[in-house]
Amino acid sequence: METQVKQPDSKAHNLLMGRGPSSRAIKDKLTQIGVTIGGAMVFIALLLIFFYLLYVIKPIFDDAEVSPVSSVDLHDSVPALMVGSDEQNEIMYRVSQTGRVDFYDVSSSKLINTQQLEFPEGSQVVSSSASVPSEQRFAFGLDNGQVIIAGIEFAVTYPDNNRLITPNLRFPNGKAPMTVDEQGQSINNLAFDYSSDKITFAYQGDDNIWRLSRQEGEENMMTEEVEWSAYSGIIDDAPVRVQQQLMTPDQRQLLLRSDNKLFVYDIRDVEAVSLSQVLELGRTGVKVTNVSLLAGASSLLVSYDSGLVQQYFQVNGNQGRQYQEIREFINHGGIKSVAAEFYRKSFVTISDNGKLSLLYTTSQRKLFSKDFDLKNPSTLGFSPRSNALVVEADHKLHMFSVSNTHPEVSWSAMWSKVWYESYPEPQYVWQSTSGSDDFEAKLSLMPLAFGTMKAAFYAMMFATPLAIASAIYTAYFMTPKVRSFVKPTIEIMEALPTVILGFLAGLWLAPLIEDHLPGILVLLILLPVSILTSAFLWHNLPGKAKQYLPEAYQELMLIPVILFVGWFSFAISPALEIIFFDGDSRLFITNELGFTFDQRNALVVGIAMGFAVIPTIFTIAEDAVFSVPRHLSNGSLALGATTWQTLTRVVLLTASPGIFSAIMMGVGRAVGETMIVLMATGNTAIMEWSVFQGMRTLAANIAVEVPESAIGSSHYRVLFLAAFVLFIFTFIFNTIAEVVRQRLRERYSSL
Amino acid sequence: MGNWFKSGSPWIWMTGGAVSISLIAVLGLLLMIAWRGLSYFWPAEIYQWEMQDQHGAKYTLIGEIYDTEQVPTEQLLSAGHVFKEAQGDTVTRYLVKTGNREFVGLDFRWILATNIISRSQPKDIAVMERSKNGDFYGYPVAVIENGKRLNFDNVEASFESHIERAVVLNDKAVDIQKGEIGSINYAIEKLRLQGRGYELDGELTPVIKADLAHKRAELQVQYLIVEKQFFELRKEAGRDSVVIKDMRGLEVTLKLGSILDVTYSNRLGLLDKLGHWFVGVGRFVSDDPREANTEGGVFPAIFGTVFMVMLMAVIVTPFGVVAAVYLHEYAKKGPVTKMIRIAVINLAGVPSIVYGVFGLGFFVYMFGGSIDQLFFPEALPAPTFGSPGVLWSALTLAILTLPVVIVSTEEGLSRIPSSVRQASLALGATKAETLWRIILPMASPAIMTGLILAVARAAGEVAPLMLVGVVKLAPTLPIDMNFPFVHLERKFMHLGFHIYDVGFQSPNVEAARPLVYATSFLLVTVIVSLNLTAIAVRNHLREKYRSLEQ
Repeated sequence: METQVKQPDSKAHNLLMGRGPSSRAIKDKLTQIGVTIGGAMVFIALLLIFFYLLYVIKPIFDDAEVSPVSSVDLHDSVPALMVGSDEQNEIMYRVSQTGRVDFYDVSSSKLINTQQLEFPEGSQVVSSSASVPSEQRFAFGLDNGQVIIAGIEFAVTYPDNNRLITPNLRFPNGKAPMTVDEQGQSINNLAFDYSSDKITFAYQGDDNIWRLSRQEGEENMMTEEVEWSAYSGIIDDAPVRVQQQLMTPDQRQLLLRSDNKLFVYDIRDVEAVSLSQVLELGRTGVKVTNVSLLAGASSLLVSYDSGLVQQYFQVNGNQGRQYQEIREFINHGGIKSVAAEFYRKSFVTISDNGKLSLLYTTSQRKLFSKDFDLKNPSTLGFSPRSNALVVEADHKLHMFSVSNTHPEVSWSAMWSKVWYESYPEPQYVWQSTSGSDDFEAKLSLMPLAFGTMKAAFYAMMFATPLAIASAIYTAYFMTPKVRSFVKPTIEIMEALPTVILGFLAGLWLAPLIEDHLPGILVLLILLPVSILTSAFLWHNLPGKAKQYLPEAYQELMLIPVILFVGWFSFAISPALEIIFFDGDSRLFITNELGFTFDQRNALVVGIAMGFAVIPTIFTIAEDAVFSVPRHLSNGSLALGATTWQTLTRVVLLTASPGIFSAIMMGVGRAVGETMIVLMATGNTAIMEWSVFQGMRTLAANIAVEVPESAIGSSHYRVLFLAAFVLFIFTFIFNTIAEVVRQRLRERYSSL
Repeated sequence: MGNWFKSGSPWIWMTGGAVSISLIAVLGLLLMIAWRGLSYFWPAEIYQWEMQDQHGAKYTLIGEIYDTEQVPTEQLLSAGHVFKEAQGDTVTRYLVKTGNREFVGLDFRWILATNIISRSQPKDIAVMERSKNGDFYGYPVAVIENGKRLNFDNVEASFESHIERAVVLNDKAVDIQKGEIGSINYAIEKLRLQGRGYELDGELTPVIKADLAHKRAELQVQYLIVEKQFFELRKEAGRDSVVIKDMRGLEVTLKLGSILDVTYSNRLGLLDKLGHWFVGVGRFVSDDPREANTEGGVFPAIFGTVFMVMLMAVIVTPFGVVAAVYLHEYAKKGPVTKMIRIAVINLAGVPSIVYGVFGLGFFVYMFGGSIDQLFFPEALPAPTFGSPGVLWSALTLAILTLPVVIVSTEEGLSRIPSSVRQASLALGATKAETLWRIILPMASPAIMTGLILAVARAAGEVAPLMLVGVVKLAPTLPIDMNFPFVHLERKFMHLGFHIYDVGFQSPNVEAARPLVYATSFLLVTVIVSLNLTAIAVRNHLREKYRSLEQ
């Protein structure tokens, strides 16, 4: 209310009204405040949606956080083989290269347990090897040809309802050492991996020859006892000087690094080992400092003294699967050590000068980087849940807490091509879930955005001409009587639930189109031809005959013609199919034209969603054309222009902003439509413009996947991001349309 | 001809053609849904075919024709079909519903016209509607009562009376199951939560514990009694069977308890069929769904839709009206109003699925999760309000339909001549009084219009509901006889989702399709008539104010 209504300050008035003016004024004021708040609510609702979506999305773009928790002085001076912690991050462990295992309590910074592996008398440890982090297993090679395998184990008990974690060592193959080299040569440069039915060792004997030894267990069906059989082999073309040796956990590959060369051996059959690739690592002038396996063991991380880290994985090529450089990360300072997470593709690097960086391969993100002033860093290890990191530096064991919730999502990973492991090339892929455990979610929004665009494009292709032509005719040529029936009829379609359109499209239209492809083609050609023909016939009809036909319903006379053409096209469809397409047009398209044909394709979606969009465009465009001031067209007609000239040069020109805003609204609706695309497409996230193939749109994807996604997961947040993209997209289109319309309204009122 | 083209007349005709196409599409769509939806309840003709396949084997088929199509002969030939005689370009193919699902495997099959030897319509074929395994077609031979085969002269009459008996007994059993057994289970669950609540508060004294245990024991005793009744009724209902000769010529024994109705379709006259049709429609809107929603009625879906929409209307009306009043009566013209208007347009234009996502995240997880922790800690970790439900659906759709109410109300307000307002103010009324006593009553039909349109929009919206509360099969309605009677946290069924679910997620789409058409028709009827009402109210209003202005 602009002005407060002043009440006459008289007692008579008070008596008359029975109440004091003050209470009325208060009520008035309260109403005003209440109504204003109510009005603002609309705005607030929109803002709330906007900011809530942002609030959910934001964490995926947040960097990781790494902060020191505690550090412990070491009680052992032998270099470490591996370091790590338990799941709860309460106990750190350190395995030395001579077989001593120390357990430190994190909160009290004290050594709580020390165990020394027992080796046979007179034997010496000559080599040690750690398996991939998730197995927490290690092995020691002795100079008498024997090997001992051990692992870290944490037992959790609940005495008095308090959690108690007891660290221990476990020996999967028993405490006694296994004899690996029959001749008793010492086991130098050991690499091993262990699974319940297969153990493989690779080592260099005293004679510098690389040897392989494998134990394979097979369960005896009768006695249920595991019988072990041993195989061994020699790699004759192996380099002598090897800095690093790695075995993949599937025990199929052995990698030997000699300076900047990486030799890849196929060891599926240890008795016939073959060299499958020799990889030249790095650039000129840089030296490899470390090669390690990423989680899942499909990728290699190669780090250099220049600070470069490269990711390699196997790609199918002409010579079979070969390691190939995929991407690189640049750090400052030479990389001293690298550790990979247990299950995700994150890894952490530490440089000579103590700079700690957390990176993620697939999304190519540097999540964290900070100088912690760690002197002489040596060994790194993640905790099993990847929420803590153990670093050995300067004769101390440091624990850092790591908060790294959504490393796999990045703006570039969502919108540009990403080279995923075991893919032949970088691709846009949306594949959010899978049956297997070590599956990496592929969250590229590109195929979905593409599908959305494609669906909207075909729908607009279908709807725009029809809706605008209808709007022009209804607004400009139709008699008021017919218009008062036609307009609400077309508009009622706006109210038709899209689930019904989707159902009809998927279960009725899609098979119909599939069966009558030639008919559809004929219909497309025959429709305009038949309309023009009827127009021409009408034009040449003798005047007398015209008198008998009602002039006012001229436009409706086309209805029977169109109905007939429609029926005719479908009726001759089988005949045409036999003549032109060998009796099966679907096969013809697939075999002769080489297109893939989906039953639920873009054509079906275009038609069905087109129908949903027609009333939106029609209503606004019709309003725009209809409200063009009459005196403009009258003036044009008076100057001798034909009706068509008046329409195209005066009326449409004036109404064009309105028509533009109608199309904008139409696009907005088509982009966000869910049920039709959900039901009328196959919902496969492919990127093909073909009219005979389906798509998966953002909206349909949200509808399908949100109910299944875990709250707070990256997948959940990316789906919210998809919703946000839709929101912003339609916001832009609607706002443009509305601003244009408001301008137009002002212009009309001035005309 | 050139002149004719120059005159622009062909192009005008083309635009006219576009109107015609749009009209055909709209009306054709509505008519098709109506036709397919309504014919579902019409008792179909039952045929008996004598068939001979391409290898010469003869067999009999009983069923109704579902669909007919022309197939190019070449397609069949390339698929390996062998014809005895040369055929024309196309061959007629029928889709036949044969029913008897448990005996023949597929209850739909395509047959070629060339394989038919003869076709008849025997009057004695009975169609049995069953609670399991779909329809059964065959000739009733005898009734087995209590293990004894009755060979009455009039098998049919005794058959019908026995069915009636079984149906009545089954209905009673269902009543007990849904009513008393449901109530007792509900009470037991309430007791459990009560106990857990005391435990969380640290007030679970042995006295209370004993009291609760005592109450539970009482309920369990009641439960056993009711359960016994229930099983007895079920046993009684399953007492009889019927012997039927099916299309393979074999005599099959069917439990009468699973038969709901029997019809001799081929005997029915037009009036009988009409009667059947009405009964079918009535049962469709009042029965519960059966067989994974592919058969039976849609009553819970209708109930859920109506309940949710009414709840939404209660929420959206005050907000929408207040916002419209603000925009039209209070707001000054300026950037703020402009922004609010753009916000309204945008709220109308934001894709409905975005509302669903927002509703799920904000209402369900955030808001509902907090409510659970504050008021229902005893039920955790099972969510009460922290999972999708009818209240959240109504709230989500209330935001979705807010612009509809605003736009419609504002239009109504703008039609009230300003002279009316000025007169009221001149007589000394405050602005608030003018609003309450003059403007809102005058605008009430417009508010009604807005409300009707909002309801129509909400009734047809499915995408957001899939996220915030709709399920394919809700075990209980949101309203029942258990305190507090209205259960806003429950999930519900919805007509629109029913269409999606039955049409696309059901195992036997072919069998479910007519039901989807019928459901579609129901939904379309409701929505179109709501819209027509709104249009009528609006037109009436326009006329009224036109006379006021003059």
